[in-house]
Amino acid sequence: MTYIFDGSLPGLLTAVFEWFERKPGTVSLKSIETFQPEAFSESFTVVTNSDKADRVWKGLQGKLKKDWLRKFYCAYLSEIPEAFDHLFQFTIYVFQSEKGAENNYGNAHVIALAKYAKSVEREKHRMEAFIRFQHTADGIFYTGVDPDFNVLPLISNHFKNRYADQQWIIYDLKRKYGLHYNLFTVEEITIDFAVGVNNKNPEAILLNEKEELYSVLWKDYFKSANIVARKNTKLHIRHVPKRYWKYLTEKQLS
Amino acid sequence: MSFDRIREKLNILADAAKYDVSCSSSGGTRKNDNKGLGDSHSSGICHTYTEDGRCVSLLKILLTNHCIYDCLFCVSRKSNDVKRAAFTVDEVVELTMNFYRRNYIEGLFLSSGIFKNADFTMERLLLVCKKLRLEQKYNGYIHLKTIPGASDELIKEAGLYADRMSINLEMPTEAGLKLLAPEKSHQDVIKPLAFVQQNITQFAADKKLIKHVPKFVPAGQSTQMVIGATPESDKDIMYTANAFYKNFSLKRVYYSGYVPISNDSRMPVLGTQPPLLRENRLYQTDWLMRFYGFKVQEILNDANPNLDVDIDPKLSWAIRNMQHFPVDINKADYKMILRIPGIGVMSAQKIVQARKFGKLRIDQLKKIGVAYNRAKHFITCADSPYQLRDYQGTQIKAFILAESQSKYLKTDSNQLILF
Repeated sequence: MTYIFDGSLPGLLTAVFEWFERKPGTVSLKSIETFQPEAFSESFTVVTNSDKADRVWKGLQGKLKKDWLRKFYCAYLSEIPEAFDHLFQFTIYVFQSEKGAENNYGNAHVIALAKYAKSVEREKHRMEAFIRFQHTADGIFYTGVDPDFNVLPLISNHFKNRYADQQWIIYDLKRKYGLHYNLFTVEEITIDFAVGVNNKNPEAILLNEKEELYSVLWKDYFKSANIVARKNTKLHIRHVPKRYWKYLTEKQLS
Repeated sequence: MSFDRIREKLNILADAAKYDVSCSSSGGTRKNDNKGLGDSHSSGICHTYTEDGRCVSLLKILLTNHCIYDCLFCVSRKSNDVKRAAFTVDEVVELTMNFYRRNYIEGLFLSSGIFKNADFTMERLLLVCKKLRLEQKYNGYIHLKTIPGASDELIKEAGLYADRMSINLEMPTEAGLKLLAPEKSHQDVIKPLAFVQQNITQFAADKKLIKHVPKFVPAGQSTQMVIGATPESDKDIMYTANAFYKNFSLKRVYYSGYVPISNDSRMPVLGTQPPLLRENRLYQTDWLMRFYGFKVQEILNDANPNLDVDIDPKLSWAIRNMQHFPVDINKADYKMILRIPGIGVMSAQKIVQARKFGKLRIDQLKKIGVAYNRAKHFITCADSPYQLRDYQGTQIKAFILAESQSKYLKTDSNQLILF
């Protein structure tokens, strides 16, 4: 038996609700995007229902501590097709067990969730580290990114607290939405970019006159801080994987 | 400011500061509660890594590289023929603010050569911190060098604005320091370290009684030792480090492999490879002391004054102490699990949690993250294969070496090139 849901978090939680209502035995969960009909297996389309989703989420809040609720959310943000099924099975497992079952690292779904959450948190941390703002001509600090996972919801608060006195935009060029901080709140925005700005070429076009100065100084600094006698390219690439180089001011040719 | 001049200054003063290896930006507790710029991140953030693989978290610069001292191991020593430069206070403030705004850095690491005298230098450093905190509403990280010999009042005031303060021991032993920097002594370092430590304790005690106590060096103190410039053993180095961790509650001791910068006959000659592997082993030992519950005497003692080069100190300890193994994963206490080679802190915690739900098997251990090929010689679990004979420590070492590839082998200093 396969349950099909719309790919949203409420959809996933509704699926859990539907399962407990029907108790159909072993079920796997797939999102509508990745679902392929199978000849010998039935399927059931879950209709997302926010009331049902809320009840499941409340139930989870009663069962899991904050750190695990976060792991759950992070694993969802990974957008990995298999992660949806693990989340589904994990939720059923947690509801059917005594409190504390999430610490059973011998369980395949527990360990899978922990793993997905770790990857997403790592990507979140990398965004906090590797984002480089460019000061644009209209005074906004802008950056375009294309993270492996959908981490913008996770980094919003970090940047809001840190850059409280400057307007900034972080735009996810892959998922085509961004965050804009207007000195008071962070809002979700979408931008129709002019030709030429995409996830291969994330740079802004019109820059503040001082931007060049500071980007050059930063490149200089990056070169000066290196100790040539200790060169270790392998380690360098392990810490800063090549796919992030396009964001990094210090990695651009001057 | 003129563009080219500021570029030149930054190049000179960043280049001179890079031998200070402290990079951490962790432990800060400053919150952005004045709608200013910056908010600390408790575990710190490495914003980039240089091509030698070291993290860049802070804008690490000297205020000036003019110096009245002539310490042999230092590029900025008086007798060295290098270009000299000095930043103005405003230049440092502006650079820090603008780098921070672009998310290049986590904060400022400010050190300086000693010009005129200690107090004059310390005053300038303090001025930078005050401008950043009070005028610019900057809440990012500041790591400040305490200048040995500066007056207590200045050091105490600086502690109110800095997140971390540090003074470098430079050489692991007094004798080594006297050899290369006759004008300095460990006592110069110990006095201000102790003074700052007393104040940290005092502020913490006040905080229990009074609600609003200003922050004082919230991220604590650290120090650094240069490795391989003088002939100390690993035991000397780690015993010194251990004493400083104990006596001054240091957050970190850094070990910096000496990069030859001078032709003096008392030092390794120019062109010698920096002792990277040794540095790595010292850091491993440091971690074992701080996070794995090892006493330094267990790892290094008169019988073993130096760390093994071919295997890490944890494995080396296990092989010398085979009487403790094999450890039963499903019964042993956390402290003992932590001592098994191939099991780290995270895996050990997961094992202790998971075994409440049933006896753990090999496949589960692998999924938890245990380096099983290494750990298997030291553990038993639910489905461990029955073993007829006990292996000696030396045999186990041979097994592990046979299947591991060291990234250091190509620079192994024991390897002689014949032709």
